Amino acid sequence: MNNKPFIKRALVIGGGIAGIQAVLDIADGGYEVILVERSPSIGGHMIQYAEVFPTLDCPQCIMTPKMVEIAQHPNIKLMTYAEVQKLNGSAGNFEVEILQKARKVDVKKCTGCGTCWQKCPEKVSSEFNAGMAKRTAVYIPFPQAVPAKPVIDTEHCRYIHYQQYMAGKREGKKPPECRICEKLCPVGAIDWEQHDEIVKEKVGAIVVATGFDLMPVSRIPEYADDPDVLNGIQFERLLSPGGPTAGVVIRPSDGKTPKEVVFISCCGSRDPEHGVPYCSRVCCMYLAKQALLYKHAVPDGQAYVFYIDIRSTGKGYEEFIQRVVEDGVLYLRGKVSRVFREGDKLRVYGADTLSGKRVEIAADLVVLGMAVMPSDGTKELLIKLGIAFDEAGFVAESHAKFRPLETNVPGIFVAGMAQGAKDIPDSVAQGSGAAGRVLTLFAQSASADKALAVV
Amino acid sequence: MDLAYYPGCTLKTRAKNFETSALAAMSALGINLVELPRWNCCGTVYSLAEDDLIHHVAAVRNLIRVKEQGKNKVVTLCAFCYNTLKRANLVMKDSPDKRYAINIFMDEEPDYYGEVETAHLLQVLRDDVGWEKIAGRVKHPLKDLKIVGYYGCTLLRPQSVAIDSVERPTILQDLLKALGGTAVDFPFATECCGAFQIVNNRDIITERTAAILGSAAKSGAEALAVSCPLCEYNLRQTQSSTKQPQSGVPVMPALYFTQLMALAFGLDLAVCGFEENSPETRAWLKNKGLIS
Repeated sequence: MNNKPFIKRALVIGGGIAGIQAVLDIADGGYEVILVERSPSIGGHMIQYAEVFPTLDCPQCIMTPKMVEIAQHPNIKLMTYAEVQKLNGSAGNFEVEILQKARKVDVKKCTGCGTCWQKCPEKVSSEFNAGMAKRTAVYIPFPQAVPAKPVIDTEHCRYIHYQQYMAGKREGKKPPECRICEKLCPVGAIDWEQHDEIVKEKVGAIVVATGFDLMPVSRIPEYADDPDVLNGIQFERLLSPGGPTAGVVIRPSDGKTPKEVVFISCCGSRDPEHGVPYCSRVCCMYLAKQALLYKHAVPDGQAYVFYIDIRSTGKGYEEFIQRVVEDGVLYLRGKVSRVFREGDKLRVYGADTLSGKRVEIAADLVVLGMAVMPSDGTKELLIKLGIAFDEAGFVAESHAKFRPLETNVPGIFVAGMAQGAKDIPDSVAQGSGAAGRVLTLFAQSASADKALAVV
Repeated sequence: MDLAYYPGCTLKTRAKNFETSALAAMSALGINLVELPRWNCCGTVYSLAEDDLIHHVAAVRNLIRVKEQGKNKVVTLCAFCYNTLKRANLVMKDSPDKRYAINIFMDEEPDYYGEVETAHLLQVLRDDVGWEKIAGRVKHPLKDLKIVGYYGCTLLRPQSVAIDSVERPTILQDLLKALGGTAVDFPFATECCGAFQIVNNRDIITERTAAILGSAAKSGAEALAVSCPLCEYNLRQTQSSTKQPQSGVPVMPALYFTQLMALAFGLDLAVCGFEENSPETRAWLKNKGLIS
């Protein structure tokens, strides 16, 4: 307990849709808020999607206004390419150490003109495109990135490699000195002398919105390691008009149009033996949506969905499933035992438990509805923050029913997938809810003492 | 080094070449496989009926023989024996009620608590000998031989007794690579060959083995390396009974991995007993310059 004034300033960790909503609501409520995002842009996973169920609106259209608002809001301090490293103090008086990774680009000078990332010769796998396309070593993750200022990926930059080589810290062949970005930048924004730094901030409340990642496909070895076996996010990128194929659905192995596409639900979910015991809650719906979008893209193609149960419990969801079934997507109730390559096809061995028959499909493309898991590094962060988590690594809320947004640490709240599998509407609701909890705290707290009585 | 060795019935009858090649190859690696005294049938198939404890008695008796020798590990060659011994041992280790009933029933034997580890020879090669040592012993590398490892079921299922990844095993391929061969991956490596259906429903075997051989041929393989005498028998039988060109079943030798070891180690070919493999085997080996 202390008598320091309650700091009415918040921190939100994670710039996906839950964090974005929380930040905007806190800022609109009249308080300052810092948003820390570890990747170079906010947007999270949602910005990767083609269209979102059940209304089929485009995330780029509905999300970018929120992202831009964050960049321009007077109450918001946006820190991308940054990670929370250390936390001290308690509700009302948290001291946070944030690692601001070096962008090697002076954002004050940079105009976002794009010369550097258009001319950079080093091509690496694009995280935003889930490995389905390349990006350059100096890059913005996607065209609508916020901020629209690039970072230099020091793991892949040729000049950084050159410097390491010259300092005797790198083996092998001498890398080229390159520095093309620096030579071409019209405003001299490339700054090799920029280094990682620790930024200290004081805040009164925190929202953890660190989101999810998909379980790696390698966890299910019977579904082959093959270029034509994709996870859900990779197929979203293929369907997306802004994706690597501009929305043209192709078979990655040879670029042909896939005529038989198999979607497999519960890859790792509801499988305590090999995967995770819980239901990932979004796969039934997004696989149905993907099957429908595939039918729109390839009208003479056939889509099959293997499922255990169809879980369509959100508003308008069951109606959406019915629409997908009526549009000719074939639903097969059963699991798939194996996927393997045979010539230019993928053979899918499955079962249709309604007819009691074995099913074999020669498919062009297989899409796996992989289980969702807490995003990479969540556990390490939660340990730093002193927050309890469950067996799966999701944040353990204080009370499953009456304190769903509170963590075990007073003044720290949770929103979105960090708390458990959920869809976009629920993530947004939780983002708003967590912001509401922060605003309540700020409204009631003249001092940290009183605040703690409230939390 | 001496290792307790449980042969099982098939290795003394229909798969003698598996045993002779294994004993010779292991001795070339400095390991003596010492046959257990007074061994009996393993029970052949592990009984899945919860109360069918009498079925495990044969397997447990063999494990008691191992213990009597002052050993805590026994090696098998036959994949079926491996499976039954290993699973019966898990019962004795993990199910106190069943263990009690079986021990009481065998009152002429000392009580047994699952102390003996059952290992398949492939595990010994991987874990105790190591691929490097095996590669070092190779005199005639099996180069230019494209061979698939065919595992069948009982080395990998159920998961609790699997000698390798259940879905993506590599242990046979790793051995083939150590022997200087080209290990070809093929999707049917863990498909069932039809097993005992050979007795009453040959059609199933024909369908299964045709699929396995077809897939191996499509993957570019010329031969299969096997570790189960029943798989070998089924693959051989199908090929000789459907040899008509129109059947579409590719002709492909199925060799025990120990025969390939003996070949690569340059041992006396008499230990390989190739005359017991399919008739095409010798011709293929000759064609490849491995035998004269």
